[in-house]
Amino acid sequence: MREFGYQQVSDVETAVATLATSADARYLGGGTNLVDLMKLGVETPELLIDVTNLPLTDITETADGGVLIGAAVRNSDLAANPVIRQRYPAVAQAVLAGASGQLRNLATTGGNLMQRTRCSYFTDVSKPCNKRVPGSGCPARDGEHHNLAILGASEHCIATSPSDLAVALVALDAVVHVREGDSARAVPLTEFRRLPGDRPDLETTVEPGALITGVSLPGLPIAAASRYRKVRERASYAFAIASIAAAVEVSGGLVADCRIAWGAVAAVPWRATRAEAMLRGKPVAIESFAAAADAELLAAEPLEHNAYKVALIRNVTVELLAELTGVSR
Amino acid sequence: MTSTLDPATTRTPLMGQGINRIDAIAKVTGEARYSGEYPLDGMIYGWVVQAPIAKGRISDIRPATTLSMPGVLAVLDYRNAPRLSDAGDGELLLLQGDRVYYRGEAVAVVLAQSLEQARAGADALDVSYLAESHDVLFRADHPDMYTPELVNPNFPSASNVGDVDAALAAAEVVIDQVYATPAEHNNPMEPHATTAHWDGDTLLVFDSNQGASSVQMSLCRLFDLPRSAVQVKSEHVGGGFGAKGSARPPVVLASMAARLLGRPVRVTLTRQQMFAMVGYRTPTIQQVRLGSDRSGRLQALDHLAYSQTSKILEFAEQTAVLSRMMYATPNLRTAHRLLPLDVPTPRWMRAPGEAPGSFALESAMDELAQACNVDPVELRIRNEPDLEPDSGRPFSSRNLVACLREGARRFGWDDRDRRPAIRQDGRWLMGSGMASSTYPARNAPSTCQVQARSDGTFEVRITASDIGTGARTALTQIAADALQVELDRVELRIGDSDFGPAMIAGGSMGTASWSWAVVKACRDLLGQLDAHSGAVPAGGLLARADTKDDVAAQADVTRHAFGAQFVEVAVDIRTGEVRVPRMIGVFAAGHIVNARTARSQLIGGMIMGLGMALLEESLMDLRFGDYLNHDLAGYHVASNADVRSIEVSWIDEQDDQTNPSGIKGIGEIGIVGTAAAIANAVWHATGRRQRTLPIRPDRVIS
Ligand SMILES: Cc1cc2nc3c(=O)[nH]c(=O)nc-3n(C[C@H](O)[C@H](O)[C@H](O)COP(=O)(O)OP(=O)(O)OC[C@H]3O[C@@H](n4cnc5c(N)ncnc54)[C@H](O)[C@@H]3O)c2cc1C
Ligand code: SF4
Repeated sequence: MREFGYQQVSDVETAVATLATSADARYLGGGTNLVDLMKLGVETPELLIDVTNLPLTDITETADGGVLIGAAVRNSDLAANPVIRQRYPAVAQAVLAGASGQLRNLATTGGNLMQRTRCSYFTDVSKPCNKRVPGSGCPARDGEHHNLAILGASEHCIATSPSDLAVALVALDAVVHVREGDSARAVPLTEFRRLPGDRPDLETTVEPGALITGVSLPGLPIAAASRYRKVRERASYAFAIASIAAAVEVSGGLVADCRIAWGAVAAVPWRATRAEAMLRGKPVAIESFAAAADAELLAAEPLEHNAYKVALIRNVTVELLAELTGVSR
Repeated sequence: MTSTLDPATTRTPLMGQGINRIDAIAKVTGEARYSGEYPLDGMIYGWVVQAPIAKGRISDIRPATTLSMPGVLAVLDYRNAPRLSDAGDGELLLLQGDRVYYRGEAVAVVLAQSLEQARAGADALDVSYLAESHDVLFRADHPDMYTPELVNPNFPSASNVGDVDAALAAAEVVIDQVYATPAEHNNPMEPHATTAHWDGDTLLVFDSNQGASSVQMSLCRLFDLPRSAVQVKSEHVGGGFGAKGSARPPVVLASMAARLLGRPVRVTLTRQQMFAMVGYRTPTIQQVRLGSDRSGRLQALDHLAYSQTSKILEFAEQTAVLSRMMYATPNLRTAHRLLPLDVPTPRWMRAPGEAPGSFALESAMDELAQACNVDPVELRIRNEPDLEPDSGRPFSSRNLVACLREGARRFGWDDRDRRPAIRQDGRWLMGSGMASSTYPARNAPSTCQVQARSDGTFEVRITASDIGTGARTALTQIAADALQVELDRVELRIGDSDFGPAMIAGGSMGTASWSWAVVKACRDLLGQLDAHSGAVPAGGLLARADTKDDVAAQADVTRHAFGAQFVEVAVDIRTGEVRVPRMIGVFAAGHIVNARTARSQLIGGMIMGLGMALLEESLMDLRFGDYLNHDLAGYHVASNADVRSIEVSWIDEQDDQTNPSGIKGIGEIGIVGTAAAIANAVWHATGRRQRTLPIRPDRVIS
């Protein structure tokens, strides 16, 4: 572990300016991911800028009937917020399905979206990994990948994004607000994280060092009946091996509108747009749900040890959609 | 007995009472000191550098950069390390040459003023290697697979009664299946830690282990020192599960480093380092063949077990040994094969042998019950032996049937519909399963001293080890009972090799073995007190006991604890999730000393068995040769939410042939059979057998 500086900041301008003073600074949220990675030598910043004291700790209602979640809002506070629980239940459920009570008390909204993959080669500096050391190779492809990507991966990297929260947010049309230097920008979460391609070291579409200031959710009636379902190897305190956030609006026995996103299947929280398109207008029935999942999974490229995830995500999708629409299997 | 010690002053025996741990307050307030917490003047911190290759040699070590870093005092490696003598454990001959035998082996220790400086120095240490191609793939058909002469602790590797092949050929019903269990890591809560200090040629270490005398012995042999020159203290230990059952690298490295510097040195391991350096449970592949008549009466039992070891130490897990004593059969054969690989040496992990072995045997028994259409509990009762099937020796006591019946009653087993895959509750398929448990009840020699003090209190000194089990409390109860005084008049001191040789906390033999020495010393002291008419002379009175001859003189009977476990499972075959809503264990393990700590041990074992069934698995990376998922986020042990209703009880068992207190030991039996009970229940729920552990989602999804 390298020696590093630590600085607290209380306004966004200072945060951005401080970052610019160093070639190798990182924002520090709860530190539950970053500090772990520093201990392992995966991250070696020379300066940590603590952003938890920024005035970004509120959840406020917006004019369009939505909410703006400050980047420094703790995961526990997010999950406990009455507006979130009523209007975006999948978000609260996703947060509560992750990590542990202690970790959620520390972890922030911004940090959660930026948390890095749990690929076991990435976290071990004695091994090659294209994401950590570009060009060094991807041992996961022929090695241990039982919980790595089946969608959107590349020959250079098959890592998954581990965040539960991001899956619920991406399903409900969340927008990420960032500061890049002096300019502020709003990026839909669907476009915020990058697929690996030939640069798995680049994980977002915003500038390296961009500060997340908040995440907004639009006023979205369908979201009030949204739900999150997570499958994991043990009953709690484990990352997903597959997860889904979904919401369905039914009218006259047909699917009028829907939102579906998957977790633990790709380097990004995976908005299942093909499945959604397939499902809209279809009768509320198991067959429609299965066909929708299959449409999305046409692009799946499973490997030897993660092939089970194709059936798993399909099954859990059918199950959740059936549950949401009251169809019995 | 007379006067102050007269039993007529009636005291209720403490044996069996659920007394709170006497060190509980010290532990929760942080007053209890663990090995990595003793501050010594001028102490230096060591950080272990591990080999990044699985086989080869060190071609060069260039410490200049590291030595120039702030706080760094020295780099200990094979060129400047003290020479060690062989203590019978190749894993401990550390830094003695340039060969690397497994990935993660210690190749250097960086010594610095602070832990952070040592770690930074270690990261920067420039070591080059000549890697050779390694072989870490465990498989049954490997050409290097051989038959060891003995398996742990000293059983013949093979056994044979009757003619198994002929009996299998003639049997009306035959089960012939292969079962596999993965490598698993013990993962005690407290990582290994040692603080070592030399005073001239005398060595004092604070070390986290399961037996201070055993570690003392190893250090004496490694450093060619008499016992009087080595003291090992281990007052509090945060778990071991076998990973601290003997001296492990940190104690040797810290002692060498302290010698080199002439200053106290502390070496602690990280969780990640523990996955290479302190042992694990070998993976196993087991073939079990059962032959029976149509009613399920066994005619033949054949158990062949494969496991792995390293290239520097033969460690032969006794996987099939339990099949020699479990069920009655005229034809019985067991055998072991061992494969040396370029891996760290596997070691003991809670119920070594019995835990993986019972998964195979008790799963096969369930398959036999299915094939014969006999209730699995009834099948076991039908095959209950009078004498140990393999040796013909009598059992000191054997209450398996009582456990089976009591467990079945508590669980409500008798109403069970035997057909698989017919119960559904929402998305869950429900099922139930059971298995037998057993574990040897052995004793080993121990010594103890008891002193009567003139203030009417007693001090008991024994090199026992409390690794969180409650042994400190249990032994205090035993001593108080033997001395016929109240608990608060006994001060028990443990975890210090100066108290004399004693058994380790291992093999479920700790409390049993120590209790014998304690009782013997207490009785001797009572005799002395009697001679003094009950009055303690001014200088106090001292009694010493050594149970070496008593243990050697034990009758030639076979001693085991038994149990039965019943579980209910819920399986979602669409997602592969398996949950265990209910577990019940009933055990017959001699006298239970402390109801509270015993319950903890037994449910702890069953919970670890649940982890073994569903979660625990160390994943070997064939290319790099190490266990990849080397932290608690990647290596899953059962969490609170995995454990729903869990209930244990025991039946009163009087066994006069174990030791004077009638104790059998309960540290391990709880994990034996759990995995099979769960796998059998998963079959009952889904109709599909799970013969490979853990029962992961990808193995369940259909
Ligand atoms: C044992 C364990 C189990 C876990 N289980 C789960 C789980 O089941 N599901 C799940 O979803 N997560 C899980 N997590 C991960 C946890 O959710 C994340 O660690 C946490 O959300 C990260 O938030 P943080 O504020 O602590 O981020 P930090 O660790 O502080 O930072 C993470 C990254 O985000 C960057 N960052 C932080 N704030 C900002 C900002 N405002 N703008 C730009 N960049 C920023 C940091 O520079 C860093 O790169 C687990 C973690 C642990 C340790
Ligand atoms: S999958 Fe990605 S993160 Fe994992 S080893 Fe390959 S490149 Fe690295």
